[in-house]
Amino acid sequence: MPTISRAEVAHLARLARLAVTEEELDLFASQLEVILTSVARVGEVAAADIPPTSHAVGLTDVFRADVTRPGLTQQQALSGAYATEDGRFRVPRILDES
Amino acid sequence: MTAALMDYDEVLERFDPVLGLEVHVELSTATKMFCGCANVFGTPPNTQVCPTCLGLPGALPVLNGVAVESAMRIGLALNCSIAPWCRFARKNYFYPDMPKNFQTSQYDEPIAVNGSLAVELSDGSVFTVAIERAHMEEDTGKSLHVGGADGRIHGASHSLLDYNRAGVPLIEVVTKPIEGAGARAPEIARAYVTALRDLLRALGVSDVRMDQGSMRCDANVSLMPRGSSTFGTRTETKNVNSLRSVERAVRYEMCRQGAVLASGGRIVQETRHFDEAGGTTSAGRRKETSEDYRYFPEPDLVPIAPSDAWVQRLRATLPELPWQRRARAKTEWGLSDLELRDLVNAGALDLIAATVDAGAPAAEARSWWVSYLSQQTNSRGVELADLPITPAQVARVIALVAEGALTNNLARQVVDGVLAKEGEPDEVVAAHGLAVVSDDAALTAAVEQALAAAPDIADKIRGGKLAAAGAIVGAVMKATGGQANAQRVRELVLALVSA
Ligand SMILES: [Zn+2]
Repeated sequence: MPTISRAEVAHLARLARLAVTEEELDLFASQLEVILTSVARVGEVAAADIPPTSHAVGLTDVFRADVTRPGLTQQQALSGAYATEDGRFRVPRILDES
Repeated sequence: MTAALMDYDEVLERFDPVLGLEVHVELSTATKMFCGCANVFGTPPNTQVCPTCLGLPGALPVLNGVAVESAMRIGLALNCSIAPWCRFARKNYFYPDMPKNFQTSQYDEPIAVNGSLAVELSDGSVFTVAIERAHMEEDTGKSLHVGGADGRIHGASHSLLDYNRAGVPLIEVVTKPIEGAGARAPEIARAYVTALRDLLRALGVSDVRMDQGSMRCDANVSLMPRGSSTFGTRTETKNVNSLRSVERAVRYEMCRQGAVLASGGRIVQETRHFDEAGGTTSAGRRKETSEDYRYFPEPDLVPIAPSDAWVQRLRATLPELPWQRRARAKTEWGLSDLELRDLVNAGALDLIAATVDAGAPAAEARSWWVSYLSQQTNSRGVELADLPITPAQVARVIALVAEGALTNNLARQVVDGVLAKEGEPDEVVAAHGLAVVSDDAALTAAVEQALAAAPDIADKIRGGKLAAAGAIVGAVMKATGGQANAQRVRELVLALVSA
């Protein structure tokens, strides 16, 4: 039975850059608990002979030829940007980020 | 702020250094790792981008097959085992150098593991560095920090992002902890990166230009008290952008950490920044909380499962590797151990071999790289391999001299032109009119003039002192700016005097 603490919700919120209120910490902790408990039921039917899987299709080795394809122009690339400068995306200063 | 440093010898008396080197290499594929955007250095910002490498919604990655083969060839050349099955993972983080908010990398399933690289040191001894893994990932975009000092992140008002480099195929080669290096730790670090660079160059998988960032080294350094077998806390120094800097950064960290530990302090596990100018390291961003990248298998890329046949086929494509080439050069060029070591230390061996492969005689190839071109590296402060001249261009200059089209003096001027990025040797010759003058009419006039200006010397030659002809030849060479064919001038002098 998974349990998720308020501290874990706060950690996840910080990683996701979400501002979460004190009340929301409790709310999300209980909601995430329900989700994790539901998903955990998969583990009850997965026997030892069933390997974990990351892909729905059984394919391997799907490759692309190393041939250039036209992409976007600088104007197109920057068209959705919030702010630009000198042909580049302009973002707020980056400090204390990893 | 200058850190206290312990004397290097004292560091070694009290501590054993442990190194770990992480080298990132950009592959020289035509396209990026997961999209068909061109992989070219130095184009205008955000002109080699597409929905996939910009992380636009709905865009899907497709793996570059050549990049995978390059990774496997690197692994094989490093004596690694190739994983029979591996995947990519998402490394999740918020930092604008990756527009997707994650970097696609290999995490716990690298494509190549458990290898080694034998590294030759300046005294001729060999130190074997164990390789932990070589894995595939994608490079990040380039950030430009505006408003702070020196483009550094501290004090910047905002940052500008260019995603041309985002998604460029990257191989990270990670060593196992290098122990027992002792006093030679800095040298071993440098020699390892040099050997890896030469290996990658021989494989033809990367242009390995540290000055352009296509090869980058992070150096992990820690000290443990002598006699102990418990590793100390390590620091990771980034931004080490030349072979010389690798050596300096390791040595500096050893002395800095020695001083901290001796004064009862403790080493903080942190990322440090190497300052090229001062040869020092400084603390970088210190993280408040431990990293939590929430790696998980990349659902948009299927696993890679190299068959034995595929691995064997790639193994057969490995070229002559540096250490094999060294052994061959020794026998074929008749070099002594010392001569060979000098060439290796000067970084000249592969360049000479490539010049020979391009058709030049070994003696001439060796002479150019170890004398004139080596002098150019001293005045420019770069490595031989980073000079803007290729072995093929050197071979062409040698051929022009052999044909009699250039004198040695002119050949050096042609090489200067190539180094000044004026074009191919033949273009420099044409642009500056550097070809040897063999035109008899022009030369005869110059010889007559020189003889008339020095009647006493002309008399000496007439009197049988043929050695005196040298003075006339010299005068003609001077008058023609070194462009005369000296052999022909001499013939003309003797012919005219006796006429
Ligand atoms: Zn792209």
